[in-house]
Amino acid sequence: MKKTLKFAFAGIAVMSLVVGACGGSDDAATDEGAVTEETTAPAECTTPTPVKLQLQWFTQAQFAGYYAAQDQGFYADQCLEVTIMEGAVDITPQNVLADGQADFAISWVSKALASREGGANIVNIAQIFQRSGTLQVSFKDSNIATSADFKGKKIGNWGYGNEFEIFAALTKAGLDPAKDVTLVQQQFDMAGLLSGDIDAAEAMTYNEYAQVLEAINPATGALYTADDFNVVSYEAEGVGMLQDAIWADGSRLEDPAYVETATKFVAASIQGWAFCRDDIQACRDIVVAKGSKLGASHQLWQMNEVNQLIWPATGGAGMIDAAAWDRTSSLSQTAKNLEGGTVLTKAPDAGAYTNDIVTAALAMLDVMGVDTKGSAYMSEVVELAEGGN
Amino acid sequence: MLARRIAYRSAMFVVAITSVVVLWELYKILGPQDGGKFFGVSILPRANDTAMPHFSTMLSRYGRPEVRGSDKKIWVVVLSGAMFSLRLSLVGFFLGTTIGVGLAVLMSRYRIVQRGLLPYLVMSQTVPLIALAPLVVSWGGKLEIGSFIWPRWLSASILGTFLAFFPIAVGTLRGLASAPAAAVELMDSYAASWKQTLFKLRFPAAVPFMVPAFKLGASGAVVGVVVAEISTGLKGGIGRLIIEYAREATGDPAKVFTAVFGAAALGITMSGLVALSDVLLMRNRPKETTT
Repeated sequence: MKKTLKFAFAGIAVMSLVVGACGGSDDAATDEGAVTEETTAPAECTTPTPVKLQLQWFTQAQFAGYYAAQDQGFYADQCLEVTIMEGAVDITPQNVLADGQADFAISWVSKALASREGGANIVNIAQIFQRSGTLQVSFKDSNIATSADFKGKKIGNWGYGNEFEIFAALTKAGLDPAKDVTLVQQQFDMAGLLSGDIDAAEAMTYNEYAQVLEAINPATGALYTADDFNVVSYEAEGVGMLQDAIWADGSRLEDPAYVETATKFVAASIQGWAFCRDDIQACRDIVVAKGSKLGASHQLWQMNEVNQLIWPATGGAGMIDAAAWDRTSSLSQTAKNLEGGTVLTKAPDAGAYTNDIVTAALAMLDVMGVDTKGSAYMSEVVELAEGGN
Repeated sequence: MLARRIAYRSAMFVVAITSVVVLWELYKILGPQDGGKFFGVSILPRANDTAMPHFSTMLSRYGRPEVRGSDKKIWVVVLSGAMFSLRLSLVGFFLGTTIGVGLAVLMSRYRIVQRGLLPYLVMSQTVPLIALAPLVVSWGGKLEIGSFIWPRWLSASILGTFLAFFPIAVGTLRGLASAPAAAVELMDSYAASWKQTLFKLRFPAAVPFMVPAFKLGASGAVVGVVVAEISTGLKGGIGRLIIEYAREATGDPAKVFTAVFGAAALGITMSGLVALSDVLLMRNRPKETTT
């Protein structure tokens, strides 16, 4: 009995020590936050804040802005030490973020909102891609000029949450996905379209569309050209949904230190994107140096197309446009898939996005003299080589 | 004798490879360009150059740079990817062997363990690898055991272990039980301890069962590692190359085959290593060929 009591006391003693230690470190953390807040001048940087960013896919120009910010030292200027983590087939960025394994994640809005509805407390803090880059590409002779022409055709889609715009377009055109079209699960290449298994294939302007233009047309022996294809752009069809955005951990947004890190991170990232807008060759080289396996001309094409999704940014890069947001969220609730289900069952709550962080970030960049609107932005003409090499 | 056997085996290997190449090219000549359809369902694969590039195209792809402007030839990239995956597979195979043999010994010692554990082992193999991969990979950088921080590559090895340990455990268990009853009785009559019987009788008797099991385990380790690399995007290995090259299949269909062959070569290398150890292990074994 006496022994048990002794153990109990020992246990309590240890517990209180642990609690004390935790409390101590908490205090230290807030103190630290306060100190850095006082010295926001970027010059003072003794210990950079570590930041982990989770991408949606492998290294490619789709994420060039972040790589450029890392390479050009924009993150370092903000006293951040950013680790960029690549995505993969089975990595869901919003889950990685919600699990606390990353500080920020890049994800499409509809997918992330579905995760948020499922309980993941994640918040959109910067809408990098202002426009949707999804296309439905078909050969000219299939006569598919708008989504209304999908009727009776074999429509390719990727699944994994990348297909919502197709369903939105079908719903808008008054077509029933289950009866009026044949939906075909598409590989992540365009062979299905070229071989005729698919009449209209899903493609991103910056990736798969380039792949068909890099393939040899057996009829002519030369590369396919844009004249061979009809392209339905979901953005132009009015059913574009917001794509790449920076998501933050909602539970940590009450911590001023995290908000400050987020602001710096968003600012440096936008600075990276502005750098890539002005020099696509340099950014292509940065991405290739980071180990992208895609060919150089393909990567340059991708950089140029991605820029067009970002620039010009009338409200400033990263600003979440309420109209586009509402369109995305309402399409997510109305577009019916094969089973008659929708992406979201109810409207996302007001906390799903905030413009506070990006507003502060843009103000920082204005002081630094970075052009965050790109009103004079003009896309370039990129010539693709066979196989994108 | 041995030299002749080796020469014969190598010849058979070349014949086997050549016949696959011949069949492939033959199908390209005879097969339907756009695939054969029966009642609207495509059954015969397409024989065109996008779906089935010429074997010579695949081979010559090895000699060209991975991407334009890079001076790295693709064979260098594939080889270094295969070496990376080989290291992971070896770690996975080693762990799988340790666990597999350990479990087998435990199960052969205690029947109750065998009764209780075997169903779980069988069940474990029905869990799809791709369901397990993200879970195991999430340990990377998060799990700390003392001062040991779980590296990401180890997760891929663990998935190799997961596929490797099962055939090894089952094969070894069967092998340990295969010692002739008369021999076991003889050991008993010498009052040999369990340990002595295990090492002097049961393990030697188990070798013929263990070698094929190890070969299965070795290729299982490779499959596990490659799938883990694909699923989690672990950089540097052959699995990552396969998925990256597969994305370019539209414009450069031969490229992905270079990586696929790399993975196949990896599997053959692993089983080759096991076969080699088999030759070494069986070297001093008395040839009981009187039967």
